[in-house]
Amino acid sequence: MSRRLTVLLLGLALAFPAWSADYVIDTAKDHAFIHFRIKHLGFSWLYGRFNEFEGTFSYDEAAPEKSAVDITIDVASLDTNHAERDKHLRSDEFFDVERYPQATFTSTAFRPDGQGGGVLVGELTLRGVTRPVEIAVEQIGSGKDPWGGFRRGFQGRTTLALRDFGIDYDLGPSAREAEVILSIEGVRQ
Amino acid sequence: MTMQWKNGKTGYGWFSILLHWAVALLVFGLFGLGLWMVDLGYYDAWYQRAPWWHKGLGVTMLALVLVRLAWRRANPVPRPMAGHAAWEVRLSRAVHRLFYLLLLLLALTGYLMVTAAGDGLEVFDWFVIPATLSDVDGQEDLAGDLHRWLAWTTVGLAGLHAAGALKHHLLDRDATLKRMLRPGPDVT
Repeated sequence: MSRRLTVLLLGLALAFPAWSADYVIDTAKDHAFIHFRIKHLGFSWLYGRFNEFEGTFSYDEAAPEKSAVDITIDVASLDTNHAERDKHLRSDEFFDVERYPQATFTSTAFRPDGQGGGVLVGELTLRGVTRPVEIAVEQIGSGKDPWGGFRRGFQGRTTLALRDFGIDYDLGPSAREAEVILSIEGVRQ
Repeated sequence: MTMQWKNGKTGYGWFSILLHWAVALLVFGLFGLGLWMVDLGYYDAWYQRAPWWHKGLGVTMLALVLVRLAWRRANPVPRPMAGHAAWEVRLSRAVHRLFYLLLLLLALTGYLMVTAAGDGLEVFDWFVIPATLSDVDGQEDLAGDLHRWLAWTTVGLAGLHAAGALKHHLLDRDATLKRMLRPGPDVT
């Protein structure tokens, strides 16, 4: 790249700072969590999480409808605090992580609610099945962190039917759906 | 007549015989139970109970194996049968050693699988063996796979072991099998 072009691009970048801010989800320092919960026999909520995932998002306060999110989850990293259950969940009766080691979510649209949140529409690929999902998103906060960076965080929630993703194991009538709760903090790049 | 508990020079005593058959019973029982329990549905009454038994009986088997190993040291193994060829003696010794190794590894992999997230291993509501090595990436999956393959290898080897005993009994018509059924008259 020529020096002149570099200077020109740099000038443009400085002139329009927040066109489409790109954030990297802070999984390096674990300020992001993907939890799921499902009813145990209808008596209580059982929580689990995915320990390993990564992703990015774009969010522009001036044009939130252009927001976009991309997340890749290492499904085998699921953790429900019980080795035998985790082993069962990784087996082909549930997530079948040997054949489908990754789950991905790629947004296709965002409908802002005017308060920083909204409905995030996208495609979730889990267990080899790709389906459209809608995630209800609430913006928790944004601003400068104490170490010179800029952060923005959201919480999203959606409900998935196990059968939609090919999981037929009978956990009982009150455990046919699982909720997914995503607590995401991004660091602006 | 007193019971012949200890091994003699050419025959096994009752203690060795009973331990042998107890472990044999446990090996096949645990194998069947293990194969059956992993396919139980969530609403099956045995879903919780079957693994509870498998764990307790597995630890029982380990204890018996350790007693057998100690008994071998305290109380020498009878001489091989006079009619056995050198290769038969070598082969049977290798098989016996392999059995002990397989059974110890089965116990170890079972333990590492159950305790992979830090939970202890429950033995019949009687005591809990605490976790030691846990939270290794993929620990329960690797230990589980090994446990399954070790189990199949063990019952395969047991089949070979039984075929050998039957061969001696039916074809060679020697006392190989009989001396594992009761102490022989030559036990001193």
